Amino acid sequence: MAKKDAPPRWDRRMQQRLARGEAAALGELYDRFASLVHGLAHRVLGDERAADGVTREVFAHVWEHPDSYDPRQGPLRSWVAALTHRLAVQRLRATESAALALGGSGSTEELEDKVRHASVAARADYIVQSMPTPLRAALELAYFQRRDYRQTAADLGVTEDEARRRLRLGLQLLSTAHDAVAPGAPPGRYGGAA
Amino acid sequence: MLKALLGAWALAACSAEETAAVEDHLGDCGACADEARRLREAVGLLQRPDSLDLDPALRTRVLESCLDRRPPRIPVPGWAMSYDAETARLDALLQDFGDAEWHAPVQLRWFRGADATSRRTTVAGVIAHLLAVDGLVAVALGLDDPLGPVTGGTAGKPVGSPAERTEAFWDASRFPPTRSVRGPWRDQTHALVRTASFTGGGTSLASEAERGGGPGTMPVSYGDFELPLRDALVDRAFECWVHAVDIAEAVDYPYEPPAPRHLHAMVDLAARMLPGALAERRRAGLTSPGEPRHLVTAGRPGRSLRLEIEGLGGGEWLIPLDSPAAVGSADHEVAHVALDDVEFCRLAAGHVSPEEAAAGQVGDSTAISDVLSAAAALSRM
Repeated sequence: MAKKDAPPRWDRRMQQRLARGEAAALGELYDRFASLVHGLAHRVLGDERAADGVTREVFAHVWEHPDSYDPRQGPLRSWVAALTHRLAVQRLRATESAALALGGSGSTEELEDKVRHASVAARADYIVQSMPTPLRAALELAYFQRRDYRQTAADLGVTEDEARRRLRLGLQLLSTAHDAVAPGAPPGRYGGAA
Repeated sequence: MLKALLGAWALAACSAEETAAVEDHLGDCGACADEARRLREAVGLLQRPDSLDLDPALRTRVLESCLDRRPPRIPVPGWAMSYDAETARLDALLQDFGDAEWHAPVQLRWFRGADATSRRTTVAGVIAHLLAVDGLVAVALGLDDPLGPVTGGTAGKPVGSPAERTEAFWDASRFPPTRSVRGPWRDQTHALVRTASFTGGGTSLASEAERGGGPGTMPVSYGDFELPLRDALVDRAFECWVHAVDIAEAVDYPYEPPAPRHLHAMVDLAARMLPGALAERRRAGLTSPGEPRHLVTAGRPGRSLRLEIEGLGGGEWLIPLDSPAAVGSADHEVAHVALDDVEFCRLAAGHVSPEEAAAGQVGDSTAISDVLSAAAALSRM
């Protein structure tokens, strides 16, 4: 459902309903965010069951601590994405460290490298999903459909200038996925792209 | 302006001449070279989404583990859970549908009297149908009637039967329904579960308290009959599943049966509605000729058929044959029918005829035929 621009009123109301202990609100929260949460967790962990586990943790956290979300800090969607990112990276680091401790191959640097890589990939996914549809559509055509920018312009019914602008802007947004992912750093901004 | 071309260049989406011109410029301009590097790196981050279908069972597992950790103050009543689960499953099926899927033809099938009937629509038309009929429950709960804008909004007076409502909804637009029907349908399903939760706990709606009924006993009108809210939501869950299967078949997707306890609730509702459906058929003169009619006093045991439903959603029911007011009785058992749970639901949905239903049968064949026909007669558009 194209509800990415749901008003903050929905976020505030959802928080109140969760705080009040309304199980139906938890179901609605799941219905709105489960594919986002599971998708991000899967991108970080590359494993279905691990992604299921993170999904469970994320919703349990929101249900048990609805007050930890502050609507003034931004949309619930971004907050849920950042929480997912943090828990997924935590789990990845824990599993990888455990494997390392058990005498697995690799070094701590390789571990941090893997974590950083997964982290950037997940943030990139989120940025693409959250960017304005016209930008995403242009990138989709130029990259996945291998259309050049003139064909992209024609497909989208916009000028060639506009197609060039969208491709550049889309990539500029996407490039911010590299920012603020020093090891151990907080997951950084989520939702800035939208 | 070569700078404006950097995005297209990074994606290899310019002409050969433009590419050469950009690369020429990058040798001279540090600012553009920096951006070019950044954008090229960004291209490396573009990935096809994993588009994994979320396992519908994950929803139940996640919600249950949450509710174990912190018990809800306002739970979703048990009788609303099959509706909650089935609407979530259907919504997940619709998730990745493109226009081709939304406009795929679907044949709605049911029994009218003893005759198989069908009506042609599309996937979007089926969702419009669910939206229109779920609206009966919405109206009973004091929510907006989705047909309100269509029929000029006669408050508190919903338009008749499920079929009439559906036709009215379809007719109200000059164009066939599109994917845009998904949002209103899903919003209404959420509103129904939310509102039912407030009637299901200790807090009854005022109108229920007035009637002296418990939670979920408020009547929902289907035009020519009524169901208490708790049964109406199981009925709507059943319809949601039945039509999800219609949709899945139309677009060639797999679709699993409901979770056992939800399937059981649906089978149980159909079994409880059978005595009424038998009486209806008698009134319409559709029962088998020459059947001996046994008068039974209300509340007394009467001739019964043992309905044995196999499978995880199954169980056993004694169906009183001669009057809905009679009580099913093992001592007066005249026939025994055994069916698989999903097969019984297909029969009650009008998707398989009484003659074709795979049923094991022992005893009075007239009674068996009447009960199977009555099950098919439970189906409607």
